[in-house]
Amino acid sequence: MHLQVSQMPDWLANFCSWLAVTPFSLLMQNVGWLVPMVQTVHILAIAAVISSVFVVNLRLMGILGNDQSHTHGNARFLTVIWWTLPILLATGVVLIIAEPARSLASSAFQLKMVLLVLAIIVTLYCQNTFVRDSARLSRRGGRNAARMIAVLSLTLWIGIIFAGRWIAYAPGK
Amino acid sequence: MSLEAFFRWQEATAIATAIRETDLLFPLIESIHVLAITLVIGIIAIVDLRLLGVASLERRVTKVMGELLPFTWVAFIIATITGGLLFASNAAAYFRNFYLDSKLVLLVLAGVNMLVFHLFISRGIVDWDASPHTPWRAKLAGGASILIWIGVVACGRWIGFTMMVP
Repeated sequence: MHLQVSQMPDWLANFCSWLAVTPFSLLMQNVGWLVPMVQTVHILAIAAVISSVFVVNLRLMGILGNDQSHTHGNARFLTVIWWTLPILLATGVVLIIAEPARSLASSAFQLKMVLLVLAIIVTLYCQNTFVRDSARLSRRGGRNAARMIAVLSLTLWIGIIFAGRWIAYAPGK
Repeated sequence: MSLEAFFRWQEATAIATAIRETDLLFPLIESIHVLAITLVIGIIAIVDLRLLGVASLERRVTKVMGELLPFTWVAFIIATITGGLLFASNAAAYFRNFYLDSKLVLLVLAGVNMLVFHLFISRGIVDWDASPHTPWRAKLAGGASILIWIGVVACGRWIGFTMMVP
């Protein structure tokens, strides 16, 4: 046990130990239904984000929503993504406080955070190029670029879901 | 064959044994299950919000449904297969779990809600297909659908906290 703890940097181990005995963390640990309830909200928020990502990317690939302009149709779903991310962040932080070392020291969690940053960058790029300036899609090479971005974006978000589920199987100690 | 014997048979199959006894398969199948179920719920919610008269109001109800429901079905089939595999790995114990049973009941309710919509509520849809104002029956079906699927996710998550896998 001691060996495993010393594998993470001291500052992280100290931070986790401190966080785990704060009143809020103890409350989360002691009231059994709180963690599954917050996880349920977290998963519902993921459902909103992944479905919006799915629709936006299939529109960019020209599979969905061909009766609508990209600017109009995609802007609505991008709004859903940006408004849901704070809910994911908030519920995620609550879950970290409940079991600090399990998440923060987990390699699956760390991978999830890296993928999340990349996914946000790709989504921002997508928004600034193809959605604001949908004429770009009809230009030469624009459609192919959009397809590649769409596949990259979907892959990153799917990776986030897998890494998230894997925290339970590769928990930090 | 009794139900219990049927579960024992499921658990003894090669695939169920592999899922139970290797480290990688259960989390892998579970991750696919979570991905599929989030897509089912999120995409159905887009249709439900149109039925409720909340979103996608500039598009026809039949257009929103026709475009999105095929993807929901594919995701639902994947969720059912992966869910079945996870179940088979410990069939008897899962079947005794209150939240798994509740989840199955809610899935049946979701199916009934869908049937009622397609058989009765969607009759005369031409009258309100393009309108942002949907009849109360359509709103009821959309609202019920969202609530049922929220319940499915909650039950699914609670299974993980109440199943004591040996």
